[in-house]
Amino acid sequence: MKGNVVPMFDPPGPPDQKPEGAPARPLLRLTGISKTYANNTVALEGVDLDIRPGEFLTLLGPSGCGKSTLLKMIAGLAAPSTGTIDWPQSSYDALGEPDRLLGFVFQEPTLLPWRTVFDNVYLPLKLAGQRKAAVRERIMEVLAQVGLTRFANAYPRELSGGMKMRVSIARALVTNPRVLLMDEPFAALDEITRTKLNNDLLKLFAKQNLTVIFVTHSVYESVYLSSRIVVMSARPGRVSSDMTIDAPYPRDEEFRTSTIYNDYCRRASEALRQAMAESPEEPE
Amino acid sequence: MATPRDNSTLTEMLPPFVVGIIILAAWEAACRFFAIPAYLFPAPSAIGQSLIADGPSLMRALWSTLKVALIALGLATLIGSIVAFLFVQNRLIERSFFPYAVIMQVTPIVAVAPLIIILVKNTQVALIICATIIAVFPIISNTTIGLRSLDSGHKNLFAINNASRLQSLIYLRIPSALPFFFAGLRVASGLSLIGAVVAEFVAGTGGRSAGLAYEILQAGFQLEIPRMFAALFLITMTGILMFSVMVVLSKVALGPWHDSEHEQEA
Repeated sequence: MKGNVVPMFDPPGPPDQKPEGAPARPLLRLTGISKTYANNTVALEGVDLDIRPGEFLTLLGPSGCGKSTLLKMIAGLAAPSTGTIDWPQSSYDALGEPDRLLGFVFQEPTLLPWRTVFDNVYLPLKLAGQRKAAVRERIMEVLAQVGLTRFANAYPRELSGGMKMRVSIARALVTNPRVLLMDEPFAALDEITRTKLNNDLLKLFAKQNLTVIFVTHSVYESVYLSSRIVVMSARPGRVSSDMTIDAPYPRDEEFRTSTIYNDYCRRASEALRQAMAESPEEPE
Repeated sequence: MATPRDNSTLTEMLPPFVVGIIILAAWEAACRFFAIPAYLFPAPSAIGQSLIADGPSLMRALWSTLKVALIALGLATLIGSIVAFLFVQNRLIERSFFPYAVIMQVTPIVAVAPLIIILVKNTQVALIICATIIAVFPIISNTTIGLRSLDSGHKNLFAINNASRLQSLIYLRIPSALPFFFAGLRVASGLSLIGAVVAEFVAGTGGRSAGLAYEILQAGFQLEIPRMFAALFLITMTGILMFSVMVVLSKVALGPWHDSEHEQEA
């Protein structure tokens, strides 16, 4: 099962693509991750997960299953109570911090309202000490990728919700990350915008040699986007099942109406129902 | 984009303007009809005449008061911002000093002013200290709240991009705090003028540096009531003007043209 992840495209100069046949080292290895809060709430318990390069992995689960917490831990924004997160392909600095090379797209666009679209996308490079003149082309390139070239000089308040999310994605991509972490990025958008952004995200995924870790509670979104779905149960958060979506990329609207898509949706729904059954009722 | 707003400001300004005209006309008519002597309650026309006749001396007094208010506002902005930055750096500093900032705010300036005027030899300096004390609090409290009120998403964004403390301060905390700071500045601008006038009342100094409060006191002693009203009118107008300048300033600073290049060089 593990071997048949769909081979990705063939991008120019991939940094860490292994030759065919050799089992790729995981990009990220989570071992025995648990999180217990001060009030003894157990958010996560014994999560083991290998994330392979080139995967589009979705964490699917009911609210309270700790999927967002897991994402924050991967990003280094939160620390696990026990367990380790290793980056086998990354170098570590003197303090033991891995060079994560990641982009994070939050639930909200989190744009700086006092900066233009261009300057919002520039922010990660600016914080890394890059001069604006040196990276102007790179910024315009990512803005073109998300279709916002014309809005480079607009302010966030002039944009729609979908456009703000596009800026947020451009900002996450501008540093050429290896991993893109996305925490329910489209949950607040309407169905039509969401569908459009799903398609655009898949196009970016195909072009960029990215690994994506995506959090959602939509079965349909997870099947449409992912090469692998990890279903989680709640209270405490555990991995309930791990399924591969064996459908080739690129995927488009045709895939959405295919039998194989419907088949996977049914199986993912079943897996989610199973995970819900494992989760005790939410305490009031 | 600004055009519909401009129209609405005009329609917004018209009703209070009409009300003002009506009140002035009624006031004038009542004073004439009941033949109220000017030393009891002057008609608007008498106040206007006094404004013209005593113009030079009143303007000199106004400038004197305005100078105190502006210097106090500048000092309050500077001191208030610095104190807010210190408060945000360390909770212990805030906990230790914030109560004293509150005490300074709630103690009536009229009660403290005589003490300051006795302690400080230079009257001008004493006036500025009084006005600064009362104007500084809104800047301290607003800027502190502004510097603290960070969006958690923005905080995560800066953490993921390994932003240093200084970078977070310059690119995130200060811009986030600006709207709060400007709200504080508006309140402080009015308070600095009030502080200056109150302190002048208490000091009661005449001579070259006499302010508008002194003019009001003198006019009262000499029963030159129209002149008193004229001075009052000037104080009100100055207050409105200072407030308006602050509104424009905050619009300019927070307006959408705000260019990041300026910050970058800072």
